[in-house]
Amino acid sequence: MSKRIDVEHLKVYYGDFLAVDDITMQIEPRAVTAFIGPSGCGKSTFLRTLNRMHEVIPGAYVEGKVNLDGENLYAKGVDPVRVRSQVGMVFQRPNPFPTMSIRDNVLAGVKLNSRRIARSDADELVESSLRSANLWNEVKDRLDKPGSGLSGGQQQRLCIARSIAVRPDVILMDEPCSALDPISTLAVEDLINELKAEYTVVIVTHNMQQAARVSDKTAFFNIAGTGKPGRLIEYAPTQEIFNKPQEKATEDYVSGRFG
Amino acid sequence: MSHSSSTVPEFSTPTGDQPGQGDENSDHRREGHVAIGDAKGGPAQDRVFAGVTLVAGAIILVVLAAVAFFLTWQASPIFGAASSEVTGGKGFLSYIWPLVVGTLIASVIALLLATPVGIGVALYISHYAPPRFAKGVGYVIDLLAAIPSVIFGAWGASVLAPKIVPFYDWLSGILGFLPIFEGPPTATGKTILTAGIVLAIMILPIITAMCREIFAQTPVLQQEAALGLGATRWEMVRMTVFPFARAGIISSVMLALGRAMGETMAVTLVLSGGPFNPSLIQSGNQTVASEIALNFPEAYGLRLNELIAAGLVLFVITLVVNLLARLVISRYKEFSGANS
Repeated sequence: MSKRIDVEHLKVYYGDFLAVDDITMQIEPRAVTAFIGPSGCGKSTFLRTLNRMHEVIPGAYVEGKVNLDGENLYAKGVDPVRVRSQVGMVFQRPNPFPTMSIRDNVLAGVKLNSRRIARSDADELVESSLRSANLWNEVKDRLDKPGSGLSGGQQQRLCIARSIAVRPDVILMDEPCSALDPISTLAVEDLINELKAEYTVVIVTHNMQQAARVSDKTAFFNIAGTGKPGRLIEYAPTQEIFNKPQEKATEDYVSGRFG
Repeated sequence: MSHSSSTVPEFSTPTGDQPGQGDENSDHRREGHVAIGDAKGGPAQDRVFAGVTLVAGAIILVVLAAVAFFLTWQASPIFGAASSEVTGGKGFLSYIWPLVVGTLIASVIALLLATPVGIGVALYISHYAPPRFAKGVGYVIDLLAAIPSVIFGAWGASVLAPKIVPFYDWLSGILGFLPIFEGPPTATGKTILTAGIVLAIMILPIITAMCREIFAQTPVLQQEAALGLGATRWEMVRMTVFPFARAGIISSVMLALGRAMGETMAVTLVLSGGPFNPSLIQSGNQTVASEIALNFPEAYGLRLNELIAAGLVLFVITLVVNLLARLVISRYKEFSGANS
């Protein structure tokens, strides 16, 4: 289920503008990898290239390779639709489908591409996905109610359940707690800790405490200035990044001297 | 500028010697004055604006009520009249029902043809076409709305109707066993189906323009959610764009239906009307609006009341259609995008 990601010399462009420059890194399976860095440093952009979601933005393209267990996502003939079912994504703000019930939200990805699923299998999948997302006990009596009626934290866990239901190899999270209150954030962080038993988890966060709490390895991104491309400055086990960083910029950032 | 203001003395400024400069100066002074007024009269402006909006809202209700009152008042003599006095000699009901049915047939044909095309074009513009090309297509569709209905009517009667006769022959040959396509088709092509086709072209821009706006407003976050799960573009449209736009699509279709039912000139020119005929490809059938337009200039006395009563019926149908649309929309409120 869980796969390793090897990024080789990846550059991301928006039209003529080089947004992210030459990134090479290995993301471990069954671990949580955090991306930190100041706003505009390209960490979210880079995250999106891991499941080709950047292609939604007109003019965005990449050079380089992203290998998922040795398989290049950008090789010729690779369908971005298939990539995204292997590499799931959770977004900044909870975005359950407002017209669907909680149950249908969980099944939304499973029913795509004309796949059919027997009712009993669907029931089972809904329960297991919601249990994995620590949401089952809160919603089991109202599976037919709209997902948009839940609280923000519950909605975000519903979105995670929706991603899990597709059984991806990797789960990408783009600041998943930035719109949540502290209690909901705690619930999602607990969940991230459990998810790494089965999945490769990559999380972008602005919150350094969060990166320290949930991640095994941390990557620090930075930009030299406006209009300059984002770069990977330092990538190391989280303990190291926060306690004895090798780079001056990393130390300045994690100690709160800038950013 | 100075030339025009000197030729129109009423508009000349107090510093009339040099009109050009005077204009500029007084403009500046006026601006300064307004700025001071802003600072002082905030709450007062609020009250004035609230009053203006209230009046504007009330005017709509008053106009609606006035129209309803006028129609009812002018139509009332017909309901008390003896059935032999009404056109056709069998009472108002048997006079009006073929017209209502004709109106509905023409409108439904127009909707059946225009809705899928309109939604398709809107979707193409909002989600499929390359941005620069999409704009061009949008403009062309909007231009369609600017063409006067009499032009559509003339085109329908002189170009479309004769050209479409072979198609009707073919239709009656294949589907002739259905009462609606029963032959022999008319040789002029001036049928209710032709009128429906012309109406479809006329209401297309209404549906397209509204749907396009609403499709484009679908939250990006939801579209990304669908794509992030591995949805194709079409699946993304079905999962997010259509549900989000459902109420808007219904409104646009209802608006188009209102236009189609009320459209007069195009139908009058295209359709050679007559009594009710179940076959859509033979001559016959008439719409309420066209019936009123054709007969109003020479009508007097009870005949006038009769036509206004027909207008009242059209008015009521349109109201009912709109109410039904509201009902449909409110039923989906809980599951709409509004509470996301």
